[in-house]
Amino acid sequence: MNFNLSKEHKMIQKTFASFTKNEVEPIAAEVDENERFPSETVEKMKRFGMMGIAVPREYGGAGADELAYALAVEELSKACATTGVILSAHSSLGCWPILKFGTEAQKEKYLKPMASGEKLGAFGLTEPNAGTDAASQQTVAVLEGDHYRINGSKIFITNGGEADTYIIFAMTEPSKGLKGITAFIVESDTPGFTIGKKEKKLGIKGSATTELVFKNMMIPKENLLGKEGKGFKIAMQTLDGGRIGIAAQALGIAEGAMEKTVQYVKEREQFNRPIGKFQGLQFMMADMETQIQAAKLMVYQAAAAKAEGKPYGKLAAMAKLYASETAMEVTTKAVQLHGGYGYTSDYPIERMMRDAKITEIYEGTSEVQKMVVAADILR
Amino acid sequence: MKIIVCIKQVPDTNEVKIDPVKGTLIREGVPSILNPDDKAALEEALRVKDQHPDTHITVMTMGPPQAEEVLIEGVAMGADEGILLSDRAFSGADTWATSNTLAKAIEKIGRYDIIFCGRQAIDGDTAQVGPQIGERLGIPQVSYVEKFYLEEGKIRVHRALEDGYEVIEGQSPILLTTIKELNEARYPSIPGIMRAYREDCIKVWTYEDLDIPSTDIGLDGSPTQVKRSFTPEQKGAGEMLEGTTDEKVGSLVQKLQEKNLI
Amino acid sequence: MGIKILQDECVGCTLCVGACPFDAIDMIDSKAVMNDNCTNCGACVDACNFGAIIKEESQMKQMDITQYKDVWVFAEQRDGQLMDVAAELLGEGRRLAEEVGCELSAVLLGEDVRDLTDELFAYGADKVYISEGEHLKQYTTDGYTKVLSKMVEEYKPEIVLFGATHIGRDLAPRVAARVDTGLTADCTKLEIDPEEKGLMQTRPAFGGNIMATIICPKHRPQMATVRPGVMERAEKSGKREDQELIEFKNDVTEEDIRIKILDVVKAGKASVNIVDSEVIVSGGRGLEKPEGFELLQTLADKLGGVVGASRAAVESEWIDHDHQVGQTGKTVRPELYIACGISGSVQHRAGMAESGQIVAVNNDPEAPIFSVADYGIVGDLNDVIPKMIKAYREKV
Repeated sequence: MNFNLSKEHKMIQKTFASFTKNEVEPIAAEVDENERFPSETVEKMKRFGMMGIAVPREYGGAGADELAYALAVEELSKACATTGVILSAHSSLGCWPILKFGTEAQKEKYLKPMASGEKLGAFGLTEPNAGTDAASQQTVAVLEGDHYRINGSKIFITNGGEADTYIIFAMTEPSKGLKGITAFIVESDTPGFTIGKKEKKLGIKGSATTELVFKNMMIPKENLLGKEGKGFKIAMQTLDGGRIGIAAQALGIAEGAMEKTVQYVKEREQFNRPIGKFQGLQFMMADMETQIQAAKLMVYQAAAAKAEGKPYGKLAAMAKLYASETAMEVTTKAVQLHGGYGYTSDYPIERMMRDAKITEIYEGTSEVQKMVVAADILR
Repeated sequence: MKIIVCIKQVPDTNEVKIDPVKGTLIREGVPSILNPDDKAALEEALRVKDQHPDTHITVMTMGPPQAEEVLIEGVAMGADEGILLSDRAFSGADTWATSNTLAKAIEKIGRYDIIFCGRQAIDGDTAQVGPQIGERLGIPQVSYVEKFYLEEGKIRVHRALEDGYEVIEGQSPILLTTIKELNEARYPSIPGIMRAYREDCIKVWTYEDLDIPSTDIGLDGSPTQVKRSFTPEQKGAGEMLEGTTDEKVGSLVQKLQEKNLI
Repeated sequence: MGIKILQDECVGCTLCVGACPFDAIDMIDSKAVMNDNCTNCGACVDACNFGAIIKEESQMKQMDITQYKDVWVFAEQRDGQLMDVAAELLGEGRRLAEEVGCELSAVLLGEDVRDLTDELFAYGADKVYISEGEHLKQYTTDGYTKVLSKMVEEYKPEIVLFGATHIGRDLAPRVAARVDTGLTADCTKLEIDPEEKGLMQTRPAFGGNIMATIICPKHRPQMATVRPGVMERAEKSGKREDQELIEFKNDVTEEDIRIKILDVVKAGKASVNIVDSEVIVSGGRGLEKPEGFELLQTLADKLGGVVGASRAAVESEWIDHDHQVGQTGKTVRPELYIACGISGSVQHRAGMAESGQIVAVNNDPEAPIFSVADYGIVGDLNDVIPKMIKAYREKV
């Protein structure tokens, strides 16, 4: 059992750490304050081949693996969870379904530009009435000759309005329930496709989270992803892997908060000594560190399993469940350890706490993760 | 165009700490990095390649086996190949012996148009290796390059002075030492990293591979030697200055001057 | 070659491991083993009580070093003006010459620089070597290296000192390589070894975290570059006995100089990047008004530094955010940080606590800034800072 990262993985990790320190961290506070999508960072990431980490070389990607990708999201998220999720949604939810289920023509047309970073990806499954109950899709797609006419809306879509390529799910056969859902590749400039409300959120404020509105949007047959009726399966399998990205994001948030906290308790003095000397706080921090280490191993194990082609559904669910809870607990304690200062925006720690919360909710709530794990154990 | 870039792997001296008890360097946990001035040198070479895609860039370093990492980083940034000069016989070298070794390796490569070197390494801080390679190869040098232009085969650089700069024109073959203000270096690209590790981009040359007398390398080739090393006095607690304002100020100015701070 | 650990003699006491400043000795199977970090400094040789570590004799080329005499100082001049560092080196050079028991010479290259020779004699040079020519008017590596190397080969000085200026650091290594000798850069201390009579050159390494004393035992001349502002200037005195001006004819031609200097541009002070400055004079709420920064700027200019500020001062709009030091500003590590009227909140300290030396001026003796200061002055900065400016002017 080798717990060491390979040289390649280490170099990728080092590169992202450096990139994060120089390009991401300096603007993280401003991105959050202005609720601004950091397009300049995405542009830079495109330049260095960072938008297609786990996509094979022949489709314009870097040809690295899922673990490399998880390391990337982790590093970015240590400073800025917004940047982490932009990469995660694009990679796991945008690129991966096309890689796995797309035709060669679709890969050529859509995957290559996304892997190179030319185009940004997004994933539209959630609707006002279909969250955890994802199968209750109300968006409908009706075949008319060579096109599908799609009507409906999606909400809470990450990279909404910024992305060029969306994986959209719609009901082609309402009578068949979840077996009547189909996946489509939708380009942002398709007539009938508009971006609706942009959410104001508690955290990951720089991430664009929007409503998608489809009004008589005509999508050509060639853009059907996979097969009619297989959409739900595609969605679930995609989310299975996507949760590794979110788990990595949560891990990064926790680690970033921990690093700042360790530094702070060494500097802050009360009662004539650094507060890090008080055993009560030391015990708190020992617990935090232990949780982080456990989360890390779970994230890496899930990513490695996927990279090696082994079953990873349960591992990914457990990793996301645990890492997101860890992120929330660690950041909350981190604010506590920073005292009053931690509550102010002078320190990044309050933002990290606000950012952490979403990891327990999106891409499958913690409750959904438990459903997945239970289903696996009890089958 | 053929460019050779000499680079060095160094400990990140910003992170180096002194053990307060032993008075020794704590090197554990100190990350090794590509020397910043050298990174600028490589970046400039890569910019030439961006403009002229048929440029060939070799990155070269002399060091222990782990120095391979900076060559990989260089290839991942876009260099075509890396050469590691590694042998116990090379160790203990001062700048003269180091430059001998690097120069011999450059001669073995044969043809080159420009040699880019970083002005100085953050561990040695001597700024001597670049010029001494130039002398050994018998080629002209320009140091402290803060801007570089290549127009129609003509090389034009800005050489930084303390209070300005000189505009200098030269032609190949030439050796240039660069300062980190020259440019902002790119990151290794992810596909580049994968390529650097997957394809056979790094050669290792030992003492056997270079036709060089043993008296020109390593300890034997080093006119200078370290007689002793010590850690500078550590900071104790601070001192509150006493007396009238004039006395306090006088005392302060004197102390700061003694420490060569003003 | 170099340091060798004799495995048979090693008893495994690990004294050498502790003595090594470079972590170059590992204990493997209870025996000391050298790793690649070794720089041959010899600290372990001294530490071993069992004679298990030896320094092997090297097979270096031999040179007859007894032929070499006198201390030379490269008298760097630009545009016909002598650089300050030359005066500093002559001061130091005199001290070394006395200890060795030899003469001090200055070496002057250029065109129409004859009038500088008086100044060099006044600074204490026994001899001045001068070599002039139109191709030496502006410094070029090729021109100056050719002349200086030939002079070294002809007159065989024992020691040659250069200022570690942009020119000195370009010229010295080239000359050292041409005459096949050793060079030590950026020396902060020069001494003569009382036994061997060689030059002991002490300099910082590893970003200043460690000091190394270097010697050049078997090669001559012993060459060193010295940072400007480190050594004390020579006093200008009247003429000494037996001062000699020696002309050296050079044969530098246009073909020798392989580059062309197209232009020389003098620049004004660039925009503020406080992170790169070695000296920062910083102001806070205690300044009480924006004009306070003018006072600090005067001190900063005197010291060759820049002005920094606390968050309070920036938020009062007394100074631009570019100057802010601290948690929400920049993190700086200058050699000297002078905090004026800054209370020293944990946020501010996070941005400057790693500075080399910290001086704090504040009229509140309980101000937290004093806990990180090396030197503290309790007082009114409007009184203290002008006095500092005046005192600095007087000393210099």
